[in-house]
Amino acid sequence: MKAGIVVFPGINRERDMAIALEAAAGHKPRMVWHHETDLAGLDLVVIPGGFSYGDYLRCGAMAAQSPVMGAIRAHAARGGHILGVCNGFQILTEAGLLPGALLRNASLRFLSMDCWLRVERADTDFARHYQPGAVFRSPMAHGDGNYFADDATLDRLEGEGLVAFRYVTQEGAVTPEANRNGSARNIAGLYSPNLRVLGLMPHPEDLVDPLMGGTDGKPLFDGLAAALAA
Amino acid sequence: MKAIVTVMLKTGVLDPQGKAIGQALHNLGFAGVGEVRAGKLIELELAETDPEAARAQAEEMARRLLANLVIESFRVEIAPLEIPG
Repeated sequence: MKAGIVVFPGINRERDMAIALEAAAGHKPRMVWHHETDLAGLDLVVIPGGFSYGDYLRCGAMAAQSPVMGAIRAHAARGGHILGVCNGFQILTEAGLLPGALLRNASLRFLSMDCWLRVERADTDFARHYQPGAVFRSPMAHGDGNYFADDATLDRLEGEGLVAFRYVTQEGAVTPEANRNGSARNIAGLYSPNLRVLGLMPHPEDLVDPLMGGTDGKPLFDGLAAALAA
Repeated sequence: MKAIVTVMLKTGVLDPQGKAIGQALHNLGFAGVGEVRAGKLIELELAETDPEAARAQAEEMARRLLANLVIESFRVEIAPLEIPG
């Protein structure tokens, strides 16, 4: 798996992501600066978390207009895999590569805590090392993770099976209490229609080693590495 | 011309910031405050001197960057540039 991590000014989670990708793939990912426009040869483009451009205007709005985005769109158009985490998910929605938007958390509080995620489908390159319906723990840290889309879009996403993960209780129940940021229908992560673009707010890359307190996020990266093995 | 772009969350999109401001006003003793909504105001100095062309430019900027039409609506006002001095 040849992976590249896109780094915008203000991004701060790229090293965590590199650790998770290297552990899964066996070699270091390429770091891609936001001025670069050539992503040829990459199987997976990762947009990590952070505060690109200081979250000016809207989270992800500036990054969505940066030079590298043209190359990322082209990568998506040729069926390449993209993973956007946290600010990366916000950037993917601002760029129109995933529908909807991430609003301020309904509580107005910045949420820095663990959450439980339910795997809504396991037949994708991202989730293949999880069981369908499995519940796993993931850290999250965001102020704007409240997923919003109009009802017609939400119905379409559900109908087409594009919801990747939902916020649930440890037992796997979809409840308002498990949905700390107020996301529509407890949506924590979404796929593109070809299932090759995944955006999610929580940080599975921060739980991939016993030294981090657990390995709940590791199957995502191991699954990707297996799916994209050359 | 000067363009003043006002960006607001669409009706029906939860505005927790507006709610919090409303609650704070209530706590300060301001009675009779109904719904409060918070938005953004962006002022643009444009080289364009024709008001309608300036409006069209500002609307295009709002559609492409200043507003996210999934969640926000915008309106544009055009005014003469204030020349200092």
